[in-house]
Amino acid sequence: MTESVENVIEYVTATVGGQLFGLPISRVQDVFVPDRLTRVPLAPPEIAGLLNLRGRIVTAIDMRRRLCLDAVTDGSPRMAIGVECRGESYGLLIDAIGEVLKVPVSSREDNPVNLDPGLARVSAGVHRLDGRLLVVLDVDRVLEVAPRARAA
Amino acid sequence: MDELLRDFLTETHESIDVVDVELVRFEQDPNNAKILNNIFRLVHTIKGTCGFLNLPRLEALTHAAEALMGKFRDGARVTGEAVTLILATIDRVKTLLDQLERNESEPAGDDRDLIAELERVAAAIPVPGAARQPDESAIDELERAFRDTPGPRYQSGTQPAAPSAASAAEPPENSGEREDERADSKIANQSIRVHVDTLEYLMTMVSELVLTRNQLLDIGRRHEDSEFKAPLQRLSNVTAELQDGVMKTRMQPIGNAWQKLPRIVRDLSAELRKPIEFEMQGAETELDRQVLDLIKDPLIHMVRNSADHGLEMPAERRAAGKPERGTIRLAAWHEGGHIIVEVSDDGRGLDTARIKSIAIARGLVSEAEAEKMSESQIQKFIFAPGFSTASKVTSISGRGVGMDVVRANMDQIGGVIDVKSVLGQGTSFTIKIPLTLAIVSALIVQCAGDRFAIPQLAVVELVRVRSNSEHRIERIKDAAVLRLRNKLLPLVHLGSLLKISEGAEGEVENGFIVVTQVGSQTFGIMVDAVFHTEEIVVKPMSGRLRHIQMFCGNTILGDGSVIMIIDPNGIAQELVGTVSSRLVADTETDRHADDGMVESMLLFRAGSPQPKAVPLSLVTRLEEIDPRSIETTNDRQVVQYRGQLMPLVPVNDEVRLKSSGAQPLLVFSDDGRSMALVVDEIVDIVEERLDIELASAKAGVLGCAVIKGQATEVIDVAHYLPLAFEDWLHWRHHPTGASPRQVLLVDDAPFFRNMLAPVLKAAGYIVTPATSVDEALALLHGNRRFDAVVTDIEMPGRDGFELASAVRANPRTANLPIIGLSSLVSAEAIERGRQVGLHDYVAKFDRQGLIAALKEQTADLDRAA
Repeated sequence: MTESVENVIEYVTATVGGQLFGLPISRVQDVFVPDRLTRVPLAPPEIAGLLNLRGRIVTAIDMRRRLCLDAVTDGSPRMAIGVECRGESYGLLIDAIGEVLKVPVSSREDNPVNLDPGLARVSAGVHRLDGRLLVVLDVDRVLEVAPRARAA
Repeated sequence: MDELLRDFLTETHESIDVVDVELVRFEQDPNNAKILNNIFRLVHTIKGTCGFLNLPRLEALTHAAEALMGKFRDGARVTGEAVTLILATIDRVKTLLDQLERNESEPAGDDRDLIAELERVAAAIPVPGAARQPDESAIDELERAFRDTPGPRYQSGTQPAAPSAASAAEPPENSGEREDERADSKIANQSIRVHVDTLEYLMTMVSELVLTRNQLLDIGRRHEDSEFKAPLQRLSNVTAELQDGVMKTRMQPIGNAWQKLPRIVRDLSAELRKPIEFEMQGAETELDRQVLDLIKDPLIHMVRNSADHGLEMPAERRAAGKPERGTIRLAAWHEGGHIIVEVSDDGRGLDTARIKSIAIARGLVSEAEAEKMSESQIQKFIFAPGFSTASKVTSISGRGVGMDVVRANMDQIGGVIDVKSVLGQGTSFTIKIPLTLAIVSALIVQCAGDRFAIPQLAVVELVRVRSNSEHRIERIKDAAVLRLRNKLLPLVHLGSLLKISEGAEGEVENGFIVVTQVGSQTFGIMVDAVFHTEEIVVKPMSGRLRHIQMFCGNTILGDGSVIMIIDPNGIAQELVGTVSSRLVADTETDRHADDGMVESMLLFRAGSPQPKAVPLSLVTRLEEIDPRSIETTNDRQVVQYRGQLMPLVPVNDEVRLKSSGAQPLLVFSDDGRSMALVVDEIVDIVEERLDIELASAKAGVLGCAVIKGQATEVIDVAHYLPLAFEDWLHWRHHPTGASPRQVLLVDDAPFFRNMLAPVLKAAGYIVTPATSVDEALALLHGNRRFDAVVTDIEMPGRDGFELASAVRANPRTANLPIIGLSSLVSAEAIERGRQVGLHDYVAKFDRQGLIAALKEQTADLDRAA
């Protein structure tokens, strides 16, 4: 072990639209297969719906929409990462869950200036991995789904 | 935080609130030893504990206040100034306590100002020495009570501070007091203090249990003869009882929300220089603490309002012949699953004229619309956002934050607020609130494949609609309405409201209508299917979704799926924008109360761009038919309608039957026969005061009236009926050969004279119209002989009741049958009519009823002759 414990961050990784993302493991409650989503009429498009996870009502956020990527068309079963924010449960819908990665802090860089603004809004930096880039998600900013200008 | 300190804070907060209330009571009733005793004991306890916990500021303050109160104990006269000062001290104590709670230590600084003042007032009060006040016995008693009070015992501050409950448990020697104290302590020993969080957690757990139970029951239903059945039933019952029990722990007497009010009213009374009597009833009525928290502030606001705006100045009251002391009454009671809270005053009442002018000035209502509104409808404008009638801003109220805020608060908890006011006599506000918010009964409905819950509280009834049934959705342009018991119910399609219906939206000719009531607004929500009602646990919407006003929460159903709970208030608000609120016809009586002439008129076009109108009450229904279904027999156009042939009559020669699309028809039915008027287009339904300004000589037109600012021909239905059935007006012609009966028709409105005269003529009567009571009496006293009088009841000047009395008083006409016509047929009106000698009472548009009544009355005449 060349790196001391303080200099390593653990990320739960996931792919959305082909891109690899990482969430700090401390923010992740669980990973589950979303079942029986109830759509919410008049909700912002990023909100995929609500679901019942062991008696809790979880608000599912479609990460493709949130990250301004193409919406899923194949309807393949997706996964969800459970996170909490101010006592409320959210499920981030992703394409596939990856492994838990230990990444040295030193490999982290600020967002490239030309990063897609949709991604830059929710990204807290990028890690250089072997042959791939890992975009770190800022969970709180991901959950800042603004209500659409009161479209009534 | 230190356990001891926490206990002290909790106890002291409670004691202080009680002192607040007790002091106000004491000021009004200075000789009540028991109240003073009570206050003293509480202040002692606080003071003693402060010494023990080393809180010097609090100790010094309470000590000074106690010294002043000691003067009263010694028999000094209680002054308003002294009580105000003690109350100010208590306010300071509260501030200190708040800071203590936050910082766990007393804030720096001292209270010399207050203490000096307290000492000054205490020194200034002359203490009557041996020459006691007249009611010596009472004071003796008081003294003894103080001696017996255990409070002073740990005055030194070195003894451990016992909680007040424990100190109260020590038996005092005084026999009278002892009984009370015992009872108190018994209650104290039987209750324990539980942290609110613990109860909240219990409630959440029980909610989960209810959900799991529902899930199990759902599975149980699918497996008919399972051995789980019996234990499942037992589990279900136990869960229900547990739910009840936990709910009970959350219940608190509404008096807790009132505690601050006597003090507030007292301060207001001093500030406004209005003597105010404050009465409270039903303080023990219990409700959920969550609800309690939410109504606390609105109640305070309403009481302030009553004191500031409601009650007049003493001089004004004297001039109005009322006692100088105004009364504000607060009452609460249970009614069904609700709590009713009423705040009433005997003040000046709401100034309807002022409200009306402000409502018009603020653009809340047009002048024309306001004219047609009843008093109670106008009074409701005070709940409109930003509405305030206070002409000047006072420190108490009138800052533009008014009853609208109270209403918003009520909406939040599914409550309903209403106002009743009589000018010069007072105003009363009533709030109807649900007992609890956590678990509600809801109707599960389906729309566009999704299920939704509608709180049962708002649901009035369910109506099944089918294109060929009696309940059928009709359309006036884009607005869908349902005719329900002679009222038009505005409809809103849930799918289009939530923007989830695909394709042809709103085309539900088969489905259900959930008739919903919010405040005075009634409307129908169209849904595809209705399942059942279920007890649901309301969970708040996620913060990201809370802005959607159509939902008030979500829940998990028995089958585990998540569904939205519809907020009827949100829909009602949305509806105001989409469907003209005119159609939300308030109760029939409401509408007619202030003006009998306001009528619903159906506007349509036929032959010319100029609109035509017919009273909606005469129209049986509106139809649209396929022109291809029209058949021609005997040179007449007919259509098969409900198993009969229905003749079609064009309104005039210019109207052409459509060759394709939908042909609109106005259907008139009478005694099982129907005819239809062919029109080009149905335009609207309006409520208008009807003044036929120009009578018309044109066949089929009664005259011309201004409706919605446009000259409009009002058609004469009676003209068209014989065109459809030649015998329509003859078939029930007076059967005997006797001479036709003479009828005097009295009505001030030309419209009704014009409408009823042909109807009566057609039934074989000779009709003489009269426009007023005086004209009618002149005709009756003349040489003409009449067989019956048909009179309108509501007329300007002398009304129908007066006419009846006058006719009865005259021996020549004493036996003449009189039939009253009214748009307002209530039990009292009928009784009053009977007393003044009306033979019969018929609703204004009930033509058949009128003819039947006439026939009966004139038949009596035949027999009598």
